[in-house]
Amino acid sequence: MAAPRDKLGRPVVVVTGMGVVTSLGAGKADNWKKLTAGESGIRTITRFPTDGLKTTMAGTVDFVPIEPFSSTDLSERLADIATEEAVAQAAIGSKADFPGPLFLAVAPVEVEWPQRLELGRATGETDFNYDSILRVSGGGRFTRYHHRFQFGSVADHLAEKFGTKGSPISLSTACASGGTAIQLGVEAIRRGEADAALCVATDGSVNPEALVRFSLLSALSTHNDPPQAAVRPFAKNRDGFVMAEGAGALVLESFEAATSRGARILGVLAGCGELADSFHRTRSSPDGKPIIGCVRNALADAGIGPEEIDYINAHGTGTPENDKMEYLGISTVFGERTGQVPVSSNKSMVGHTLSAAGAVEAVFSLLTLEHQRIPPTINYDVPDPAIPFDVVPNKARDARVSAVMSNSFGFGGQNASLILTREPV
Amino acid sequence: MTETKSPSTPGPAEVWITGIGLATSLGEGLDANWDALNARRVNVDEKTFAPYIVHPWAPVNLDTQIPKKGDQRQMEAWQRIGTYAAGLALDSAGLKGNKEILGRMDMIVAAGGGERDLAVDSNILNLQARGNSAPGFLNERLMNDLRPTLFLAQLSNLLAGNIAIVHGVTGSSRTFMGEETAGVDAARIALARIAAGQSEIALIGGSQNGERKDLLVLYEFGGFNLKGKFAPVWERQNNAGFALGSAGAFLVIESKAHAQARGARPYARLTNVVADLAHRKHPGEVTNSLEKLWSKLGGKLGEQGAIITGATGAEPATSEERAFLDAHRNFPVRATGSSFGHNMETQFPLGIGLAALSISRGALFPPNDPSGLEVEMSKPPSQIVVLGAGHWRGEGMALVEAIG
Repeated sequence: MAAPRDKLGRPVVVVTGMGVVTSLGAGKADNWKKLTAGESGIRTITRFPTDGLKTTMAGTVDFVPIEPFSSTDLSERLADIATEEAVAQAAIGSKADFPGPLFLAVAPVEVEWPQRLELGRATGETDFNYDSILRVSGGGRFTRYHHRFQFGSVADHLAEKFGTKGSPISLSTACASGGTAIQLGVEAIRRGEADAALCVATDGSVNPEALVRFSLLSALSTHNDPPQAAVRPFAKNRDGFVMAEGAGALVLESFEAATSRGARILGVLAGCGELADSFHRTRSSPDGKPIIGCVRNALADAGIGPEEIDYINAHGTGTPENDKMEYLGISTVFGERTGQVPVSSNKSMVGHTLSAAGAVEAVFSLLTLEHQRIPPTINYDVPDPAIPFDVVPNKARDARVSAVMSNSFGFGGQNASLILTREPV
Repeated sequence: MTETKSPSTPGPAEVWITGIGLATSLGEGLDANWDALNARRVNVDEKTFAPYIVHPWAPVNLDTQIPKKGDQRQMEAWQRIGTYAAGLALDSAGLKGNKEILGRMDMIVAAGGGERDLAVDSNILNLQARGNSAPGFLNERLMNDLRPTLFLAQLSNLLAGNIAIVHGVTGSSRTFMGEETAGVDAARIALARIAAGQSEIALIGGSQNGERKDLLVLYEFGGFNLKGKFAPVWERQNNAGFALGSAGAFLVIESKAHAQARGARPYARLTNVVADLAHRKHPGEVTNSLEKLWSKLGGKLGEQGAIITGATGAEPATSEERAFLDAHRNFPVRATGSSFGHNMETQFPLGIGLAALSISRGALFPPNDPSGLEVEMSKPPSQIVVLGAGHWRGEGMALVEAIG
């Protein structure tokens, strides 16, 4: 590696630590082994009764017990696990003294049903209205729930535990959140505000109401049996995404800071792009312009052309709409090369980790660069002729990969793309 | 947006506030809010949610900023308030409908979450209390009772989504969460990006609807709600807490060069924004944190300096903030919480908006504080520090200055 500055004269931003946890397991080693073996982490939900639900499977992380369950508690634990791994690998700072800011992608926080039902019981009544709930909430009996259900509570915990500096930022750009957390870190380092940044994205959202909400929007797959075959990105018989849990964490540093302390460089965050869509709350603009613009912004930010991308880590949710629009966007930018660039979806195996997806998939993209091996898109048995991507069907593939594009798109017109490379470009 | 600045460009860009949109419990627009402040008017409702006190949103004609009824229906109140105020800010900056600029305008919204369907929740809790505990009972009720679109009205990032849809702001869309600090960080990051040439123009702000029992529940857990009789922020020592406010506050900020190129009139300059997180394990940490931010803020305040604070009235944060203010007695102070209630994520953008407005109108609005902490200011303010100490976490400060 050479220049500490990129083509645009900005500090080069590198990755020196990564951590990941998904339904496949905790840690990079376990995840990578299973991901490249084409294993699915999707299973039938056992956390709560699924009677009456149309979708009964998800990529839950059941090996991290939370009792009593709340999605925010699980999100916090998953973020802890991924961050511990990332910070340990980077060997940066000292215990509880990370030398930079925290950018955290986290699902919107709210009081959940176990707690709400507890309030209902606390009224001691059998016929009551919301005023009774309000009355029993006070008096200090539930103070812990105030702290737990503040939007900033997970970031507050991480900032204290890992000793990050300054005001931690909690953010949501829906299913693009993980990408945005990384982009904020990249920008802070490029501005020279920080030599290092901790970018974390986490999601532990599989609870009854979250599942029902997505179900009511007809966004979820109902291929419940077998659950491992539910997520079918780019296949003709795809019918929706599958909710999943996980976390990804990256330690970003300026190239200069990383090399001066002798850190091992795992990859380069060469470019970030974003562009919002004003077409609809849940649908992409039919002309694909926002996705096209987002992808082009990322390439321009990295200072490279589409011909230099060797692999696309797709958003690839497996919803009829997303995969079609992603093809339109990619094929418009990549032109004739479209069918020759491998495009695979990690979500076919780990499901859609929502707020965490952008960071989880950035970690997998960096592992793809490290191992020169592309994880497959599984459950690809019925190709969709309208989406003639090379999806790396069902089996991992060895390949020369020096630049990866990783895409994330979300409700509310959110689009974010990252360009990751082995070497500074 | 991608970065366009070349490394040889000297120094950070100056950033101007060129648009202010306020839709609050005191009214909509700059004149209505200014007049109400000067009349020391406060709009509180002590009855509807008694013993809790809230500041209700002043009704507006939504059609003027959100013309499609379909869009209005897709939002809950907090999103309508925010989308409305964002439109006012774009109007104020002279950018409404300017597709070229809106298409590359960056956006950082500071947001909480949306209201719940209280009827659905209450019904489920009542049925549970009457013994409905079969597996799948909750699933069945939620599947049948939740409106499919309610989720979109609850999602934090859908305020930004609605602003993109209604007003066409699409350069980028980021939503920060985390109560009061989210509003500080929205301003901090947007300013840093513009100053560094990573962005040229941004829309920042937030909104809250305080007339919500589910929000009262959340803050009642921690005993933070003001109860009984309304009192200004500085007179709550014996009855601590905040009255939830209802407000949307948005700002357009842009580089001086960008503003001049389009002939935009600035209200003031946004010189600096700083923020920190004290873990608040020991008494005095908030005071110390504010002291540190004060020295980091730069630009020593002169005799035309003032402070606009979002002090909540919650303890111990407000007493610790008062200790900080006591050490800086030379500057007149105004607490927005007395006039507008506490608007969480929105309080800091509201403070910046009022600071810029005061500077542009050549006067600080009068005190509204029988305790005497707030004093008259006879000179026109040229520097205003906007202060925000969160009720539980987070401290921030901005320096807003006259252009000159």
